[in-house]
Amino acid sequence: MGSTSLIPPSTGMPHVPEPDLLQVLTPEGHRRPDHDLDPWLEDVTPAMLTSLHRDMTLIRRIDTECTHLQRQGELALWPPLLGQEAAQAGSAVAMQDDDYVFPSYRENGVAYLRGVDPLGLVRLWRGATFAGWKPQDHNFAAQQIIIGAQALHAVGYAMGITRDGADAAAIGYFGDGATSQGDVNEAMVFAASFHAPVVFFCQNNHWAISEPVGLQAKRHIADRPWGFGIPAMRVDGNDVLAVMAATRRALERARNSGGPTFIEAVTYRMGPHTTADDPTRYRDAEEVEAWRAKDPIDRLEKHLAELGEDVEALTADSTAAADAMAAELRAGVAALADPEPADLFDHVYAEPHHELERQREHYRLYLEQFDGPQLEAGVR
Amino acid sequence: MTGAAAENLTFGKAINAGLRAALADDPAVLLMGEDIGQLGGVFRITDGLQDEFGEDRVVDTPLAESGIMGTAVGLAYRGYRPVVEIQFDGFVYPSFDQIVSQVAKLHHRTHGAVTMPITIRIPFGGGIGSPEHHSESPEAYFVHTAGLRVVSPSTPQEGFDLIRAAVASNDPVVYLEPKRRYHDKAPVDLTAPLRPLGPAALAAQGSDVTLVTYGPLVKTCLQAAEAAAADGASLEVIDLRSLSPIDFGLIESSVRKTGRLVIAHEASRTGGLGAEIAATVTERCFHWLEHPPVRVTGFDIPYPPAKLEHHHVPDLDRILDGVDRALGRPNSLDSLDPFAAPVPLGSTSDHTSGA
Ligand SMILES: Cc1ncc(C[n+]2csc(CCOP(=O)(O)OP(=O)(O)O)c2C)c(N)n1
Ligand SMILES: [Mg+2]
Repeated sequence: MGSTSLIPPSTGMPHVPEPDLLQVLTPEGHRRPDHDLDPWLEDVTPAMLTSLHRDMTLIRRIDTECTHLQRQGELALWPPLLGQEAAQAGSAVAMQDDDYVFPSYRENGVAYLRGVDPLGLVRLWRGATFAGWKPQDHNFAAQQIIIGAQALHAVGYAMGITRDGADAAAIGYFGDGATSQGDVNEAMVFAASFHAPVVFFCQNNHWAISEPVGLQAKRHIADRPWGFGIPAMRVDGNDVLAVMAATRRALERARNSGGPTFIEAVTYRMGPHTTADDPTRYRDAEEVEAWRAKDPIDRLEKHLAELGEDVEALTADSTAAADAMAAELRAGVAALADPEPADLFDHVYAEPHHELERQREHYRLYLEQFDGPQLEAGVR
Repeated sequence: MTGAAAENLTFGKAINAGLRAALADDPAVLLMGEDIGQLGGVFRITDGLQDEFGEDRVVDTPLAESGIMGTAVGLAYRGYRPVVEIQFDGFVYPSFDQIVSQVAKLHHRTHGAVTMPITIRIPFGGGIGSPEHHSESPEAYFVHTAGLRVVSPSTPQEGFDLIRAAVASNDPVVYLEPKRRYHDKAPVDLTAPLRPLGPAALAAQGSDVTLVTYGPLVKTCLQAAEAAAADGASLEVIDLRSLSPIDFGLIESSVRKTGRLVIAHEASRTGGLGAEIAATVTERCFHWLEHPPVRVTGFDIPYPPAKLEHHHVPDLDRILDGVDRALGRPNSLDSLDPFAAPVPLGSTSDHTSGA
């Protein structure tokens, strides 16, 4: 058929309408052969597996710690990633420093592995700033709340990479819900048209707030990119090795002028959409329980045990590292200062703006009429 | 049903009751939006409506605002009266093209042959400590767009009345819900007759200054009126209710009485409703004005992070500061812009206050 002929034969990706779920580690922790992904896992050693275990443990701890901080009133809101650690860690470790990440709001695990200080995440979610890190420092863009917008940004960045002849790729993260947005679909059109070195990384966590993925897509999400001329892989998102291999493969393909690739990482949002959400209103406990059995960290531990590693010892190490990080995070939170009213007027424009300067000056004069305490009053 | 059946309801429940009445009254009415079914919307405004009216009347849509708005247009072509929910103010923009180029213009384009009785519900405004894009006041974009009506209720009763009037209107109506007032409670007469969309309301009578506002700031302005009264100033508070068209008749008659006008809104200043009201009142009531109109608004900045929002959103003190200015009392602008205070003609020479 015409549609397959559009896909460069060099992709090597299966031209099947419903790609099977790519999986390397079964939920029981057995390593199974996979001829598509195994070539990308040749360097896997017990040490690397231990390091992935530690990454996922730390990511989970940041997540649970921030959920606690929200309950304690330190954060205004938090979007948990519980259950999605393998999707985030597996893809993040596949990147090179030069690759550029365009996240949504839930990629806090990816952020951490790109070197973003968890305190930056805290400042963001407590409402002190809109960007808790400098994107260039980590090649990790500002978080994106407008669903799907960042997919286009990733493609545009990738178009720039091509123009510069650089050896890098862009990767855009978004959810299953986001695949309904025009922006994401337009991003695929542009990526295909310009043969952009970009990876679309969709974490299908089965829910967009209260809407099940079936409302967004009648077939697998990974079926859709083929129609745009973009090959896709549907991987077990709770299998950190499968995710790492698929992402390595897609990024490598992008860097070698192979064009865009779409990865659907099939995972599950174990927690609420955010701390403001009550998932018991719309989903069954049994569904959540079924996914608990596929936990990404448990799975890796079972695999490590199968390899004869001392899981108890390495878990103790990971936990100790997580404890230390959590303690540091809490201490950092206690020392955080609130932003100042003068910050309101900063950075709205890159160049001077006399009317805004006038408003800044007016507000300064306004505040001068009071003595301190009134300024702290909340919105009435 | 009897007229005496006023129930104590929250703002959110009052809108919910209005939607229920609209669904019950007219089979052509249907609700569309993200998470509005089983969840009842993130603010629970549609709570229980899917259970009551079914999945084909209260429709969870895919996550795409342009899709929601564009399909609402098609449904309207087919004779339906879609009521669409935009989850938060900042998420309306993906549908902006459909609103501005289609929803607003189709009646005009077709010489009236096609009506677009679409209600666009948008929780708007700040004050609830939300992340970016969750606290915006986008009303001016819509007010600037010919073909759209724009309303914003300020009380539970208005919430109920205006949503019914909006759904009943044959024009597209942007219905802006002041989300930080969702939990305010008041008696609501659920048997109130359907009323017109347009008229503003005299929320408080007064004689010294006319204070015009709408939506979330009506409550704050009423508090300001109380505080001002203790300070010897009598404020007349006008609740616009309809932002397009604006009921200038009520504002003009009030300004002719008070001679002073303050407009308060959360939205930023430049090109906002305050500018429109100040200009129109100046055109029509110039000879009655004893002071230039004063605007108390959000700054010309993106809505700030939650920790700073109480500086951005006009509060009681900032409104009273504006009132002081209109009254020629000492106020924050005195040293920045002394010439905005009334001074005898011919006495000004060096105008140095900037642009
Ligand atoms: C344009 C836009 N519309 C609506 C929302 C509100 N919203 C925030 S998250 C979300 C669901 C997103 O689901 P998905 O893409 O699956 O990502 P997930 O939250 O599951 O990671 C919605 C509807 C938004 N942020 N932006
Ligand atoms: Mg999702």
